[in-house]
Order: sequence, then C-alpha cells, then structure tokens
Amino acid sequence: MKRRDFLKATAVLAAAAPATGQAALMREPKSMPPQAIGMLYDSTLCIGCKACMSACKEANDLPPERLPEGGEWNTGTWDTPLDLSPTTYNIIKAYVNGTRAEKDRAENGYAFVKRHCLHCVDPSCVSACPVSAMHKDPLTGLVSHDPSLCIGCRYCVYSCPFGVPRYEYNDPFGQIGKCQLCSHLLAEGGIPACCDVCPTGASLFGPVEQLKAEARRRLDAAPGTELEFPRGEIGSDRPTHVATVGDYQQHLYGDRELGGTQVMYLSGVPFDRLGLPTDVPDVGYPTLSEGVQHTLYKGMAGPALLLGGLVFLARRNIKRNQADDPLFTDEDTEPDAAAQKEEKDS
Amino acid sequence: MDGELNSGIGGVSRREFIQFCTGVAATLGLSPALGVRIAEAATAPGRPPVVWLSAQECTGCTESLLRSTHPTLEHLILEAISLDYNETLQAAAGHQAEAARHASMKANHGSYVLVVDGSIPTKDGGIYCKVANRTMQEHVVEAAAGAAAIIAIGSCASWGGIPSSGPNPTGAVGVQKILTDKTVLNIPGCPPNPYNFLATVLHFITFGKLPELDHKNRPKFAYSRLIHENCERRPHFDAGRFALEFGDEGHRQGWCLYKIGCKGPETYANCPTILFGDVGPGAWPVGTGHPCFGCTEEGVGFTKPIHALAELKTVSPPTAFARIAEDKGQGITPGAAALAAGLGGAAIGAGAVFASRLGKAEQAESGEHADSGNPE
Amino acid sequence: MSAHAHAPVGGRLVTAPFLVLAFLAAIALALLAGRFVYGLGAVTNLNDGYPWGIWVIIDIVIGTAFGCAGYAVSLIVYILNRGEYHPIVRSAVMASLFGYTLAGIAVMFDLGRYWNFYNLFLPWYAQPNSVMWEIALCVAGYITVLWIEFAPTFLERFGLHNAREKLSRVLFIIIALGVLLPTMHQSSLGTAIVILGHKVSPLWQTQFLPLLYLSSAILMGLALVPFESVLSALGLRRQLETGLMGRLNRVILAVGAIFLAVRLGDLLFRGALGHALAGDLQANMFLLESALFIGGLALLARQQARRSARAQFVAAVTLLMAGILFRINSYLVGYEPVNGTWHYFPSVPEMLVTVGIFSIEILLYLVFVKKLPVLAKHA
Repeated sequence: MKRRDFLKATAVLAAAAPATGQAALMREPKSMPPQAIGMLYDSTLCIGCKACMSACKEANDLPPERLPEGGEWNTGTWDTPLDLSPTTYNIIKAYVNGTRAEKDRAENGYAFVKRHCLHCVDPSCVSACPVSAMHKDPLTGLVSHDPSLCIGCRYCVYSCPFGVPRYEYNDPFGQIGKCQLCSHLLAEGGIPACCDVCPTGASLFGPVEQLKAEARRRLDAAPGTELEFPRGEIGSDRPTHVATVGDYQQHLYGDRELGGTQVMYLSGVPFDRLGLPTDVPDVGYPTLSEGVQHTLYKGMAGPALLLGGLVFLARRNIKRNQADDPLFTDEDTEPDAAAQKEEKDS
Repeated sequence: MDGELNSGIGGVSRREFIQFCTGVAATLGLSPALGVRIAEAATAPGRPPVVWLSAQECTGCTESLLRSTHPTLEHLILEAISLDYNETLQAAAGHQAEAARHASMKANHGSYVLVVDGSIPTKDGGIYCKVANRTMQEHVVEAAAGAAAIIAIGSCASWGGIPSSGPNPTGAVGVQKILTDKTVLNIPGCPPNPYNFLATVLHFITFGKLPELDHKNRPKFAYSRLIHENCERRPHFDAGRFALEFGDEGHRQGWCLYKIGCKGPETYANCPTILFGDVGPGAWPVGTGHPCFGCTEEGVGFTKPIHALAELKTVSPPTAFARIAEDKGQGITPGAAALAAGLGGAAIGAGAVFASRLGKAEQAESGEHADSGNPE
Repeated sequence: MSAHAHAPVGGRLVTAPFLVLAFLAAIALALLAGRFVYGLGAVTNLNDGYPWGIWVIIDIVIGTAFGCAGYAVSLIVYILNRGEYHPIVRSAVMASLFGYTLAGIAVMFDLGRYWNFYNLFLPWYAQPNSVMWEIALCVAGYITVLWIEFAPTFLERFGLHNAREKLSRVLFIIIALGVLLPTMHQSSLGTAIVILGHKVSPLWQTQFLPLLYLSSAILMGLALVPFESVLSALGLRRQLETGLMGRLNRVILAVGAIFLAVRLGDLLFRGALGHALAGDLQANMFLLESALFIGGLALLARQQARRSARAQFVAAVTLLMAGILFRINSYLVGYEPVNGTWHYFPSVPEMLVTVGIFSIEILLYLVFVKKLPVLAKHA
C-alpha cells in the first residue's frame, strides 16, 4: 500500500510534466492585433544624428543622463547615455568593426541601430507581470506600462528577450521605464516623436501591414538604385526623399522572431551584429511558460482534483494514526515541565 | 622696413595692418605673434610675383576677392604681391599683356606663384578655351614649369566645378588633372572665401612654403572641419527640429536645413566661422536660409541634386556612440569575494566540525546505550 | 500518552551564538534601512542585466526550498501514510514556517515598489498568466497555512486545549492545503525560468523545470530533516535520531533518483549535454552541481551508510548544496543577460542582508525549541 501510494503520487507528477520534447506544452501563439501599429527602422537610412533620442526625451519629459566620471569614454558629458535606462527610452547605438571605413558593412564597416521596445505580438513582459502593470492594447497592440500598479518585482526586466524594460535602482521610489511608442502623442493625433523628427525616414511609423509591404518594396529593390523613401508616417503627405537603396540583409527582423514584433528592422549588416537575438524560435516564450501553466492549472481543475485527493488521504491517514500524531495528540508537557528542565539546565 | 611699417601702407595705419596680419595668422591657425612676421614679409621689398590665369570661369573668384576689405585687394596686389598678369585686373591688353606675362615668367622663373581659376577643357584638343590663340592646357603647362607654387582657386580649377558637371561638353577638368606631376593647392568654393586665398598666399610669402594640405590638397586651416560641425543651426539638427519645405514654419524659425538637402554634413569648409562679405553674423548660405550645396566638395557640389540628403560624415563612429554591447554592472569586488569565500569557508568548516563531532557522538552514544540507554 | 511527546528544550536563551546571530541580524536591519532611504542600488549590485540577485535567488527561491521540510514530511506522513515520521513533523513544520515567513518578508524589501504589493491580491489587477502571480499567491497562502499548522504548538504551550481541539477537527484540510500549495509554487519557481527563453543556457532551460524544481524541493526538504536533526542533537545535546533518519534516507534516495533521471534524460533528449563540456563557468558549475547530486545520492545508496549518522549528515549536506547550486545555476549562472555585457556579483551589504535573514531564522529556531514544545521528548 505504502509503496503503491508513493508510486501513484509519482505518476501524477510525471503526468503533469511534459511527456515529450522541448515545446510539448504550448499555448496557441498570439496573432497580430487587428489595428496593429508599429515602426520600421531601416539601419541603412539611419545617419546617427540622434535627433530621435533628443525628441524622445522631450516628448516623454525625461531628464538628461550624465554618465558617472571615471568611465571608459564620454564621462561627465551631458546626456550621452550608454544604454537604455529608466530615463532613456530610445538609443542609437553603433556597430563598429575594424577600420570602420564604410557604412552598413559588417567587415571594416559600421552601422547604426536604434534600440527601444519592439512591442512584441506576444510580449514576455505582459505575460510575466503579476499585476497587469504591463499591458498590451488589444487593438493597436502597443505595450504600455502603468507605474501606479507596478510592484517593482522586475520580472519584466528579467524576462524581456530584448533587454528593454529598465528599473531605477538608485531611487527608493524607482519605476520601470520603457518606450510606449508615444501613446500620449498618438492620442492627440500625432505620431511617435522619434519618427516625427527622423530626417531620413529611418524610423517610420504606421500600420504594421503597410510597414511590412514597405519593407518588402525595399528588399525587392536592387541595391545601389535610387528609391523614394517616405518620412515620418507611411502614407502621410510629408515630403519624401530619394536615396540609394542599401545592400540589405534579405530579411525583415521582427517578421517572425519570437512570434513577431510590431517594431521591425531592416539592416545592411547581420542582425546579430546589431545586438538583436537571431537564434530564437518563431513563437514567443510566453507560449512555452503559459503552456506549462495552462496545462497544469486549466480551469484550476488539476489543483482542485489534487486537493480533493489530498484531503481524502490526509483525513483517512490522520484518523488511522491520530493517537501517534503530535499535531493532534494533546500532551502534558506544559510550562512546569519546561520550567523543571530550565532549572535542571541552569 | 620698420620705417615703412611705421608710416603705414597705402593709407592703412601700422596698427591696423598688424591687426590684419594677426587676423591672417589666426585664419591660418598660427600664433598671433606670427602676425608681425607676416606683416614684415608682406611689406618686404621684392614682392613675390603672381601670374593669374583664367580658364573656363565666371570671374566669380576674382569678384569675391575684390570684396575682401582687410586689406582690400589693392593692398594685396599693390603692396604685398606683384600681380603681373590677371585678365580682369590688369591695365594692359592684347599682345602687351601677353608680353608682360612672358617677361615676368622669364625674369622670375622658379619663384613666381601661379594662380589658376576656371576649369581646363580637354575635349577636342582643348579648343573650347583659348587665349592668344593657344589652348588653356598649353598656357597652364607652360606657366607651371617655372612656378614656385601653384594655386587652383575656385571649384572649377580645383576639380572641374560647374563646367565639369554632366554631360561635361568640354571635357573640363581641374588643374591637378593637367599638372599630374606637380602639387596643386586647391582652394575650392563657388566662390571660395577670399580670406582662404589671402591667407594661403601670405603663408607662402611668409614661410616660403605652402600650408599643410589635406588629402584633396586643400589647406587644412580652412578645410579640415565639416560645415556641420560649426553650423549655427546645429542645435536644431541635434534636437530634431528640421525645416521640411522652403518657407514652412521650421524654415522661418531658422531650423536645420538638412531635410531640404543641406550638404553641410558632408562638406568640408570654414564658411560658418569666417562668413562672407564682412557684414556680420548670418552672412553665408545656410545663415540666409539656403541649404549648403557642397560647393567645396568634389562629388557633392554640382553633382548631387540640391534636395538630396547629405551623407553624414561627422557621426561616423567612433564619434560619441554607445556600442552595441556596453559593459555595465558591478562584478566581483575584493571585499565581496572575501566575504563570499569567508561564508563558504565557514559553512564548510562548520560542516566538517559537525561531521567529526558526529563521529564522536555516535561512538559515545553507542557506549551510553550500552550503559543506560538514555542520555537524559 | 503518546510515544512521541514533545517538550520545550529549555535552557538559557541568551547564549553566545544567540548574541552573534542577533548582531548579524542587527547589521542586516541597518543595511535595509539604507535600502529604503536610498533605493535598491545603494545596497545591492542589482542592474538591468541582473534584475534579480541573491535576495531573490537565495532568500526566496532557496529559502523556500529549505522551507520544504514541512511540506516533504507532511507529504510522507499524511499523504503517503508513513506514521513513523510523526516525531519530526513538528520541527519540520517549524523549519518551513521560518523559511517561508522570512522569504515573504524578504520579498517585501526586494520589491522595488513594495507599497503596491497588495495589487497582487486584487482580482481586478491579477494576471493569472503570470507565473510570478501564482507563486506570490501560493506562497502567501502557504505562509498562512503553516502558521495554522504550527498553531497547536502555541495552543499547547499556553494551555488552550479547547481551541486546539476545535482546530484538530479541520486540520486535515489545512494539511491537504499544506501539501497542495508547495506542490504548485515550488514547481512554478521552475516554470518562472521558462519565459526567460534564450537568456538561460540550454543546460538549465527546459519545460521540465517545474518537475525538476518540485522534485529537488522535496529532496531538499527531506535532506533538511536529518541535517536539522543532527545539528540540534549536537547543538542542544540531544539524542541522535539515526534510526529514523536512516529510513527517511530511503525516501530521499527515491526522490533523488527521479530528479536525476528527469534531469539527465531531458538533457540527453534535447541534445544539450554537449554544453557541459564547454569548459566555461556554466559548464563547470553544471558539472559541480551534478557531481553533488550524484555524490550525495551515491552515499545514501549504501545501506551501511544509511545507518551512520555521519554519512547521513554528509549526504544531507551534499544534497542540500546540490539543490542550492541547481537553483543558483538556473537563475544566475546559467542566465545570460542580453543587450549589453553585464556583470553581477552580490555586494558586501547585499550578502550581509542575506546572512542576517538566515541568522534570524536560526535565532527563531533556538528561541522556539527552547520555549515551545517542538522537539520530540526522549521519554
């Protein structure tokens, strides 16, 4: 009986765990929201002027960031952030290699990349957040953060596959900071500040479907030929400009990576050189973690069943052994016994 | 010489002249003390002779030079140098002028300065620009033979300029293309700033050599920085405030002209710092609201359309960019390592002590069990 | 009367170890004051690459695993009906009580915005997809359950027999909950890593983590019983419980074998075992972790060893270290931050706070066993 009980319990545990393979338990991947908006960042068009960084700070009312003295470079200068931070939602970084002779070349070249939230179709941060402080808009798909709900557990920071959300560790009332695609400007009919100021249209705002078509148009154009590029918002009446088509990597980053992102990248150098993870599945990681959770806790049926079994076994076993049980049997070990012992010890 | 300096030159007081020469020293990036040496050189007897040839040109370079006011051009050509041939300024004409030039070139062989403005046609034997029935190619080669220094003034002479832009019907090229075996100092610009020319000439007559040149043979003192770097509209660029069309709100606010095709970010020249016409701030193309079109830069001016976006040169890494992977966070410190090792050591030590005491306790216990069976 | 009556150990409360532990606890409290005035960064080395440091991984993930003693023993005694372990139920529940209560407190000072913590319990803000939310709720629930489960000890001490009697009648539900809740959240502590995806090395990243975390938590909880038994026997001059522990070790061996089979089977199945020979820190830590697991279990595999208190103690310590390492590895060592080159090693104050937390735990243990009927009386 005892052995059988043990084996039974083991079998329950084993059945609860995935029986085969890595992705055995998978929640259905999320689909692109119906009115998904996003951004297309074209590294070959980016000139590294950082106007987007400055506009971002102005639009989001963020303070300049001074680097601490004694660093490797740029120490003490005014607002030259090294990385994303709670007060820097957007940063232009440079990939450099060898002689840095030519732009958008992997060897002996350089390239720019703009890092900020990618507004995943299936965001890890939203799945991770225990209190709904991270929220994905069901229509536009924008991932926003509400500090008034946030408990500061930093699980979003920990889980983001792109390393985007950041927390203020040096503030007793610190907050999570990340790009929200200027939701407040969108509400007023505007467009994200970075796209608004981008002089070359390297950051282009618009509906994701149109942006994907635009990316396709660029990838299909022959490198070196002239092409007209929209600026600001795709399909708007802003002045366009003509530029040479870059030698693109034939892939739109964010089209499928981790279930797709609403901020997508085109680049002349391999994406992993720009710090974007490329060895990733085509589904978001929440499909795996929620796959486990939903299997184990579907409608709380599993735990309820388990609890029922446990209650039954506990009740039966307690009844059988009550006389032996310290949790149930009253004992005459009361204070006087302890007192005696204390006397004896001292 | 001192007497001459003291008495002033051509109505300019000594004080004013020294000031001018100090200014030239500053333009050249030299110590102000050298201004006196420049003044001395500029007033020395035996002024260096200059032969100025004009090829396919518009006289804009000369006109620009005429606008210089400190000193005026007449001070330069009458007091500092001996301008022995210049088709615009010389009094002589026809055979007389040609004879004067040849006489000067012969007399000053090896010591005169050759200045060329305008591009040189090469197509069809160079027949598209002829003076005294000889092609410019012949004139330039002949004059260069005895020149101590050769200065190409203006974009046309430097690399072809307007006449060379497509389809280039005359096969126009710059002077350097004709004189491939000689160093030609280029002062491009359309027109170039007169002070860049004056400063170069005064540098030559003061030190007897040309100033330091860049890879396109332009004097570094004038052409080592991008227009973008010293542009008064640069803060607007950095803040993302751009004029989108001529006459729009941003344009009227004086915002950055990059989006309407300003070539400042890829054009090397000192326009924003020394300006034009000596009339004060804003007197240069970008200052007046027109995007720089890159006249000093081969491959930009007269080549790229005005509205085409510039390719930014200044921001090529490693200029102030965060790397893809920055090093961040605090790794192990000696104190933390010591504490961690101490804690680990204490745990292992305690474990060992307990384990050994356990052995003894077990022995003792089995002994006690034999005696009484209960330690209590 | 019962064969396993419990009694307070008695003795002087303020001893030298007591003072040392109190001093360490005071240091931790002083440092924590700094954390609340100047922020987490002033005391810890946390950064955005390593947003979770030892305050989460040691105080909470490992702290609650230590706290699984009560869970593991309850599971064996009440669910698998092994009555012979009754004498250790109470001390095991108490170990859990401290482990979990202090982990709950540790959460509060690791949370950056602790004043919002109650949002976890508001249904309209709850985010049931979040593994973290499930853990938070289960841990909070389990802490409550543990206090109720331990309540008979208090009631007994203060002579409240009626209340104790009433409690006894419903205690089976509490006991069932006390088995269910740790089963849920200890496995979820493993699930919590799944969402990190490529940020965790293939040596640890697997969907089997829930099962691995659950089985290793039971393993650690069980290993803690002989560990604690030996320490209290030596520290408080009590009799060794070698015979009882020897039988417990058979269960440890079985759970450990399940863990190892799943762990190695999963690595083989995914073809990730090659990473173990990479020669880097992760690979070496993996080898060390596996060696400790295998070594500890091998020690118990010999029947003779199971009868020796010293072998039991060494095996228990080895398995506890293996479990600790497994948790540190899967949360910290096997974790590779993205978007930058990040460094993290706990700062001195950070470690001192953790030391302080464990000091309080031991301190409370000493006070409780001396003043309350927790340990079995050897009558």
